[in-house]
Amino acid sequence: MSERLRVNPILCSGHGLCAELVPEQISVDEWGYPILSDEPVLPRLQKLARRAVTDCPALALTLVRDP
Amino acid sequence: MTPAVRDTAPARANVGAAKLPRLLPASRQPMELEDHLKAHGKTPYRGGPRMLIHTIESADLTGRGGAAFPTHRKLTAVADQKGVPVVVGNGAEGEPASDKDKVLLWSSPHLVLDGLQLAAESVGGSQVHLYVHRHPELLRRLRSALADRATAGLDRIAVDLVTAPPRFLAGEESALASRVEGGAALPRFTPPRIYERGVHGAPTLVQNVETLAHLALISRYGPAWFRAIGTEAEPGSMLATVRLANGTGGVTETAMGTPIAELLKLTQHPAKAVLVGGYHGAWLSPEQAGQITLSNADLRPLGAAVGAGVLAALPTDRCGIVESARVVRYLALESAGQCGPCLNGLPRIAATLTQLADHRSAPSARTDLQRWSTLVDRRGACHHPDGTVRFLRSALTVFADEVALHEAGRCSAGTTEPFLPIPAAAPAYEEDWS
Repeated sequence: MSERLRVNPILCSGHGLCAELVPEQISVDEWGYPILSDEPVLPRLQKLARRAVTDCPALALTLVRDP
Repeated sequence: MTPAVRDTAPARANVGAAKLPRLLPASRQPMELEDHLKAHGKTPYRGGPRMLIHTIESADLTGRGGAAFPTHRKLTAVADQKGVPVVVGNGAEGEPASDKDKVLLWSSPHLVLDGLQLAAESVGGSQVHLYVHRHPELLRRLRSALADRATAGLDRIAVDLVTAPPRFLAGEESALASRVEGGAALPRFTPPRIYERGVHGAPTLVQNVETLAHLALISRYGPAWFRAIGTEAEPGSMLATVRLANGTGGVTETAMGTPIAELLKLTQHPAKAVLVGGYHGAWLSPEQAGQITLSNADLRPLGAAVGAGVLAALPTDRCGIVESARVVRYLALESAGQCGPCLNGLPRIAATLTQLADHRSAPSARTDLQRWSTLVDRRGACHHPDGTVRFLRSALTVFADEVALHEAGRCSAGTTEPFLPIPAAAPAYEEDWS
């Protein structure tokens, strides 16, 4: 079962922590807001992705399971 | 052919299948309840939930608010949810170039109000709202229409009027849900979708007021009557707000699949370009527009859509870049400012396009606009950035020659007098969202 990262753009205020934790999946745009990869989170990155979700200061990041 | 008529509704001569208008009174005089009952009879309730849905499915009615989503699927999705649904008629057209919902509510309020009751019955709703702009005369007229219906005992569920702020995004479904709850009309992050959890967490059916009026007619005269005009894939009629290149126009009811050249009289009044679908829509070249009909089958391959039926022919003496820059600036100011990419990207896009219009753009203008477009597209909670980028990209494509002229310090236009309508006071107060 694969999971994907999703950001709530209303809650996100561009702290950028997520991109530091999972640069393989998340980059930041020129204003500091995250650009998420559409690809499922790779198994070796799942622990970091979970940390990005729990550590997001705005609680804007979630992991959603593919149906 | 004979219209299929339910026994609750007397057959009337003025509802012949191929005859237009269906929704608007032929006289253009507002339909009072007495006229409405004479023409269409009482509200044809079905007696229980879901009983109308199959009829709507056979008619192939789609949402007339812009998204063209199949109405029966929305009704079914809401009826299938746990919990008692809330039903909202959406008449808050925020699009400055569109007048059709206001005209419909003004001229044929009882068709909309019948549709609202019938939609509520078919999803088993217990709360009904009508969401409209706070236009004092329209509100007065709707209140008096509702009072007449109460006297006649037509409405099974009392309708609550909710007013929308004069903002472009006020009619967006999640903004509507927030406003009906009593809050500000600001878009929300979805999912959950509004049909799952909308107003106060209840499953919520949001239907455009024109869709409701069609639903009220289909429930009386049947799917075959509805399908007698329009195309096989996109049946029925729709309201369109047209602006001809000679400055005339207005709201008209037309069959789906009518040639755009006919609606805009392009032969008599040639256009420099045609805007389809409003400010979240797309520009087409006159050659493209001249060959196609007002249908999603024709428009989607060109990156455009019927939307809420806005058609505007830009006069040949105007500049597409100057006009587009004014629209994009308006759209940037109408951002709710909730999402970073939209908040940051749209003003930069607007400023750069304005510089291009004013012949003072940096050499990087075109590449900046392309980069920012990619950066904001599909990165908001609502579709405002996507729609704005669709409009911008079509402008840069259709007016590519004009862009080159502007970069060289010239312009093809004879006048910079504004053509497309932009609300004069927009935005009155940035915080004014309720």
